[in-house]
Amino acid sequence: MSNPVIDKAPANEAPALPSAPLKQPRLPRWAPFGLALASAGIGSGIGLLAGLESRIQWGLIAALLYVALTMLIAGMVEGSRQAKDRLATSVIWVCFLLAIVPLASLVFETVSRGSKVLDGYFLTHSMAGVADLQPGGGIYHALVGTIQQVGLATLIAAPIGLFTAIYLVEYGTGKLAKAVTFFVDVMTGIPSIVAGLFIFSVWLIVLDFNHSGFAGALALAILMMPIVVRSTEEMLKLVPNELREASYALGVPKWRTILKVVLPTAIGGITTGVMLAVARIAGETAPVMLLVWGAMEINNNPFEGPQQSLPYYIWLQWKSGNPHAFDRAWAAALVLIAFVMILNLAARGIARWKAPKTGH
Amino acid sequence: MDITPTPVRPEPPGERDKSSELAGSTRPGDRIFLALSRGSGITLLVIMATIAAFLTYRAVIALAENDGNFLTTFEWNANADPPVFGIPVLVFGTIVSSIIAMVIAVPVAVGIALFISHYAPRKLATPLAYVIDLLAAVPSIVYGLWGALFLVPHLGGLYEWLDQFFGWTGVFSYDGGAARSLFTVGILLAIMILPIVTNVSREVFKQSPKLHEEAALALGATRWEVIRMSVLPFGRSGVISASMLGLGRALGETMAVATVLSPSFLIQASLLEPGGGTFAQNIAAGFNEATQTGRDALIASGLVLFLITLVVNGAARMVIARHKEYSGANA
Repeated sequence: MSNPVIDKAPANEAPALPSAPLKQPRLPRWAPFGLALASAGIGSGIGLLAGLESRIQWGLIAALLYVALTMLIAGMVEGSRQAKDRLATSVIWVCFLLAIVPLASLVFETVSRGSKVLDGYFLTHSMAGVADLQPGGGIYHALVGTIQQVGLATLIAAPIGLFTAIYLVEYGTGKLAKAVTFFVDVMTGIPSIVAGLFIFSVWLIVLDFNHSGFAGALALAILMMPIVVRSTEEMLKLVPNELREASYALGVPKWRTILKVVLPTAIGGITTGVMLAVARIAGETAPVMLLVWGAMEINNNPFEGPQQSLPYYIWLQWKSGNPHAFDRAWAAALVLIAFVMILNLAARGIARWKAPKTGH
Repeated sequence: MDITPTPVRPEPPGERDKSSELAGSTRPGDRIFLALSRGSGITLLVIMATIAAFLTYRAVIALAENDGNFLTTFEWNANADPPVFGIPVLVFGTIVSSIIAMVIAVPVAVGIALFISHYAPRKLATPLAYVIDLLAAVPSIVYGLWGALFLVPHLGGLYEWLDQFFGWTGVFSYDGGAARSLFTVGILLAIMILPIVTNVSREVFKQSPKLHEEAALALGATRWEVIRMSVLPFGRSGVISASMLGLGRALGETMAVATVLSPSFLIQASLLEPGGGTFAQNIAAGFNEATQTGRDALIASGLVLFLITLVVNGAARMVIARHKEYSGANA
């Protein structure tokens, strides 16, 4: 394609313009990788020589070195704009690595330490008659408690949340709808301990009931409602309006339209939302701590007497502060994470499988 | 109102007609259904109102018996007779630990969000977004356990280092005890709110208009210049509201703080020394052993926490609402 006659710059013009060359020098493709390796090496070298014991420091030194080196070398070879670009890229990679390390460590620690005492016995026995200092014991009572409390909370919160969302999407106009929307948003941010305090001051002080699984479930329901409303609302909004109009045109009343047309269309997303909310409240400790009291024995009746729950069990074991209790705490944490993750994955599976078909 | 066929009338795009012709319908099914759904909405409002009312009611009882000044007493002896308690230490601890968390978490979260939306190879980005989504669901007690048994022993070296170079400021002096300080709490809170801030920011960045980015690239901008000129200005309000949501979580976090902090009722000049406390941690630590007055006092402090989170969340929602048409941050 090139034309030697045109490509060749006229001799009288070339020296006049101090023009930048069209192609700037670039660092080779392997440069970031090589620099990363080099700074990791230097970083651990400095760490070793200076006798820094914490690996966190080694990592920080290496990360800083990498950012500085990249900027310096790119600045020398490629010019300042490219250097800024390289700087941003390396900072963002460093951010990513910095964040991944603790999160990966969290998962790794929980799995490796938790699997130590996690077995069939652990899942099927309670802590009755097991002193804190002894090995053994299990989480059966906590599992029963968590499942019952979360189940009750869902029974209370899901219908209220669902109907509120229906109100907001299908009926709501005017001030009431605006107020509900705003306060649902605000309610999402209520600290769990405040929900616990509220139920405590109503249920235990004013109405004079005792600690029970149900009291905990009430607080969990308060935390769950706004999450259900938000997710259901989003899903109902996705249902194409043509479906509703078609139903009205056939003379179907509004409530049957909602029940038979709108809800079935959005049911996948609604289920997902409820399951995510369940996963969220299953890990709440604070309200349970104030309201359920934390029994060490199996109590199958959530309406009478203290119960236990998984997150609170972890807290109690951590608090008793000896190696056997720590082992139990990690194992319970592993079970709790697994429970929450399975709910999450199942919820997302349902969301993908039953995604509402958007019309046009 | 009589039952008439829904009149055809022009409606603004995106705004669906949900006017109440059917609300006045004589069909019993319709009326019951409307009552049910409106009743649920009202129930939510009533719950919010009763939360405020009951907490205030108990708080007033406690304040009447308080022998100290609730706003200025540096002490928490609510179980004593006469009870003496005040919140300045808790206000300090709550705000300082949350600010540390925000300072660490927000830039990193924005970095990760940009990494996922603009830097990572496609094959890495999708699973990564998924994993971060899942991490947002890890219960706080697990973060607390990890923080107390893994993070705390590993931070001593870092703190000595900070002491060595920044100890002269007084804020970072450290004499080598267990790292159960407000700074550790801040780091742990940062790790905890990272996933949620990342998720919301990523959603916003993903929606920045592709044409702007391509136009900038076509003008010869580097990738960083594209981000700075077209992605960040677009996503700013989204990032702000994401941070406020994270802040709301950090302020109200109970278990992670209670496991990591070794509390004491005084304000330390150094952030690295153990001591201090937060609202939620103070409630969790003392509630079950407290007397009736002690509980009321803790409920009073809970009311303050409730109001603080209310303001923060309300502000975040306002920012989101104002920029709704392009922020897309509806988490």
